[in-house]
Amino acid sequence: MMEWLFARQLSPYIVGVGIGILSWFTFLISQKPIGCSTAFARTSGMVERLLRGKRVLLKPYYEKFKPVVDWEWMLVFGIVFGSLISSLLSGDFAWQWVPARWAATFGFSPLLRFIVALGGGICLGFGARWAGGCTSGHGISGTLQLAVSSWVSAICFFIGGIASAFFLYNVIGR
Amino acid sequence: MANAQETGTKGSTLIAGFIFGIIFGFLLQKGGVTKYDVIIGQLLLTDFTVLKIMLTAVITGMIGIYAMKGFGWVRLQPKPGSFGTNVAGGLIFGVGFAVLGYCPGTIAGAVGNGYLDGLFGGITGIVLGAGLFAAAYPRLQKGILSKGDWGDVTLPRLLKVNDWIVVVPVAVVLYLILRLIESSGH
Repeated sequence: MMEWLFARQLSPYIVGVGIGILSWFTFLISQKPIGCSTAFARTSGMVERLLRGKRVLLKPYYEKFKPVVDWEWMLVFGIVFGSLISSLLSGDFAWQWVPARWAATFGFSPLLRFIVALGGGICLGFGARWAGGCTSGHGISGTLQLAVSSWVSAICFFIGGIASAFFLYNVIGR
Repeated sequence: MANAQETGTKGSTLIAGFIFGIIFGFLLQKGGVTKYDVIIGQLLLTDFTVLKIMLTAVITGMIGIYAMKGFGWVRLQPKPGSFGTNVAGGLIFGVGFAVLGYCPGTIAGAVGNGYLDGLFGGITGIVLGAGLFAAAYPRLQKGILSKGDWGDVTLPRLLKVNDWIVVVPVAVVLYLILRLIESSGH
């Protein structure tokens, strides 16, 4: 009965239904849609506050998204532990610097992968806050509410993502 | 205390967020989307796991949320947006999505899975990127972000029809897309 707890991978449809049902409960219990990227904006505010003091709180963006630990910040923190539990139960947990698909095209250098991940992360964080959400907040929670802003964003995430992935692997990585 | 409630920083709220996060992270890992290879496979159109999970979650979530809205149990919280916000931001996000190979939610799952490129490169980058946006925000807000504003409108409100006139066809179309992906052998 409990084999699924130890499975390395479950059907994407079971996982999708699970995430859909999870979203019912976040609305019902916490009155909040699932989302992840504001947690990173709050974290950047916390870091800036540590480095530059209280005047950081006066920045218009941090007045809008206060640099505090909130529901969504804890959600993102929880994801780390949920994934850890799942990967330990299935034996899928592994320390890894360079993913296999990356290594097959760009080699095994951890430094190159680190630099590119850092650059990609900057672009992702900047773009997520520009668009007002990420693959969770717009891509799942916003589209399921049929929000116009989220459908437009989600489609643009994939247009930008597919074009860049093809450029990266089929032009640069050829 | 009113302030703590506004920003959602009460103890019970935080614990609820943490528990929801554990379940979300567990599901993401079991779905395989905490892995770079699966996400980049989706963007290279060789592995459709990401889309299958997202579309199934949207169908399930949408029907449940709109039913609960009908019962008066929940209130929708659609995000406001504009052409300048969602199109430009979405495309920039897409570039980062492909270059990093994780997104802000799945990267937390990647960390739990042991992936160090996500922990050291990706998380640092996303926090830096969000900080850069905070610095650019006052200028962007008056310019591009306000271009083509459409507010927090939803499709049923935009079309001025009953919710289910949109919910049912959208669910059917998304289901057909999933069928199409399956029949194409992905």
